[in-house]
Amino acid sequence: MLVTEDSVENLVLYHSVSQFIYTEARLQDEHHYDEWEALWADDGVYWVPANGADIDPEKEMSIIYDNRSRIALRVRQLHTGRRYAQEPASSLRRTISNVEISVLDNGEIEASANALIFESNLRGEFVWAARNIYRLRREGASFKIAKKTVILANNDKALYTLAFLV
Amino acid sequence: MSANSHLDIGDRIQSNRVHGSLYHDEQIFQEELERIWFKTWVYVGHESELPNNNDFIMKSIGPQPIIMVRDKSGEIQLLQNRCPHRGNQVCVKQKGNAKLFTCPYHSWTFANSGELMGFAFPEGYEGHETADKSKLGLAKVPRVASYRGFVFGSMAEEGPSLEDHLGGAAEMLDRVCLTSPEGEIEVTAGFLQHKTRSNWKFLVENETDGYHPAFVHSSIFGVADSGIGALYSNKSTALARDYGNGHTEIDLRPEFRKADVPLQWFGTTAERLPDYVASMNAAYGEKRAREIMIDGTPHAMIYPNLFIAEIQLFVIQPVAVNETVQHVTALQFKGAPDLNRRMRQQTMGSVGPAGFLLADDSEMYERTQRGVQSKNPEWLFLGRGEQREYRDDDGFRVSHATDETPSRGIWRHYRALMEA
Ligand SMILES: [Fe+2]
Repeated sequence: MLVTEDSVENLVLYHSVSQFIYTEARLQDEHHYDEWEALWADDGVYWVPANGADIDPEKEMSIIYDNRSRIALRVRQLHTGRRYAQEPASSLRRTISNVEISVLDNGEIEASANALIFESNLRGEFVWAARNIYRLRREGASFKIAKKTVILANNDKALYTLAFLV
Repeated sequence: MSANSHLDIGDRIQSNRVHGSLYHDEQIFQEELERIWFKTWVYVGHESELPNNNDFIMKSIGPQPIIMVRDKSGEIQLLQNRCPHRGNQVCVKQKGNAKLFTCPYHSWTFANSGELMGFAFPEGYEGHETADKSKLGLAKVPRVASYRGFVFGSMAEEGPSLEDHLGGAAEMLDRVCLTSPEGEIEVTAGFLQHKTRSNWKFLVENETDGYHPAFVHSSIFGVADSGIGALYSNKSTALARDYGNGHTEIDLRPEFRKADVPLQWFGTTAERLPDYVASMNAAYGEKRAREIMIDGTPHAMIYPNLFIAEIQLFVIQPVAVNETVQHVTALQFKGAPDLNRRMRQQTMGSVGPAGFLLADDSEMYERTQRGVQSKNPEWLFLGRGEQREYRDDDGFRVSHATDETPSRGIWRHYRALMEA
């Protein structure tokens, strides 16, 4: 259910979820790969669909559809220094906004937000726009990412290389 | 006029070097569209993408959109997406099922086989001498031909047949199909579209460049515990082959035959795909099935735009002299659901804008595109292995997998097309 009531409890939840999302965004922008990887739950799924938002990633091609071990592989590749599409790393600044949260029946939190990412790389300067959906699991005082879905606004078109963490 | 217009095509292509301008000269690109893309056989799509009558899907020949349709009688048609009235695009959907296409501009309506069904407000054309409905249909790609379900189109009314064009390379498409227990591939997993600011020829050449993987892909080979790196090492027994007509291959079978382990080509084992192995044994008999499962699918570049990368199908689309789109999907083998699931998983990891492999290939394409615009030395040297290349039993040029035999073959054919 979408959290709309202005109770103190809800405002605290909204604040802590937003802060978590901003932290993730900053770790991505600044290429802190290990700290970013540590945000993921052991069964985390990182999904960037292609050709819309309602495809079945088990049947159709996605831009990214990483289980937890593939997220780790992605990070290990970035660490080699020979992931040429990120060597030199893109210069990134992203804004995450329009955060809305729901509490799911299993206690997990689903947050949705808009993301606008500026990327500068050897090719030039580019802007990416996306709808992000985070499924977060409480762990201690913070959260783990159980699933992150990044629905690029132009995911039905040909895209340039997307080798930074989106 | 371009800076290099004093050089004609023949001067820009020598046996082991090509002039950098061929990759960035706008005039050359326009010539290529006329002499290659709008003339020779170009891969358009696969029959399995249109399972039902009246299905259509948007495809392309070079920069031009092409509507691939299975018409009401089940025939595959390749239609230009251009109303013969005032040129409006009659279809803007990526795919669907439609008996008719109606141009939104003045409502001319066409059958999905192209014929003009009727004018809106027909009185304005009654009695007009040239308003002949039979001549005002959607233009069709003049020649359409299919090989093992792969549909090709040629914009030239006449020319070599598809069989002649494919020549010895047709056997590579046969080999792709063999990996299915039913002898057919399917294209059903949707496409990723990855664009790169680079000339299309860098992509075509890179697909069978066995020299680069050890370096460009060392990051992923190193961390993924992959056996692929060894296939492209200096010590590999794999071969590069030039089939003529621009078709080329990296033939990895010598390495897989040496290892003699079924499904090693796919980085897995028979134990992990028991259903697939059982279907293959039933279809081909155990001995033949074992051979097929050792050899694997080919690494094949069908000129100018179809690349089979063992487990993926790529379509290369030039959109401008320095802009190319790679359309890529996982190959799916009819009757092999357990294999197919892994095909999709591995494909998603490897290719497309975020792929562990293709993002780095694309990075090289773009750096090379910028590099060749520097003045000196003007030429690219493609002589690797020229001194050790030989003819195989079928008469095709072969050499070590890391040699530039494929590039030289591609340029030989390119020159023939551009000078024809
Ligand atoms: Fe490559």
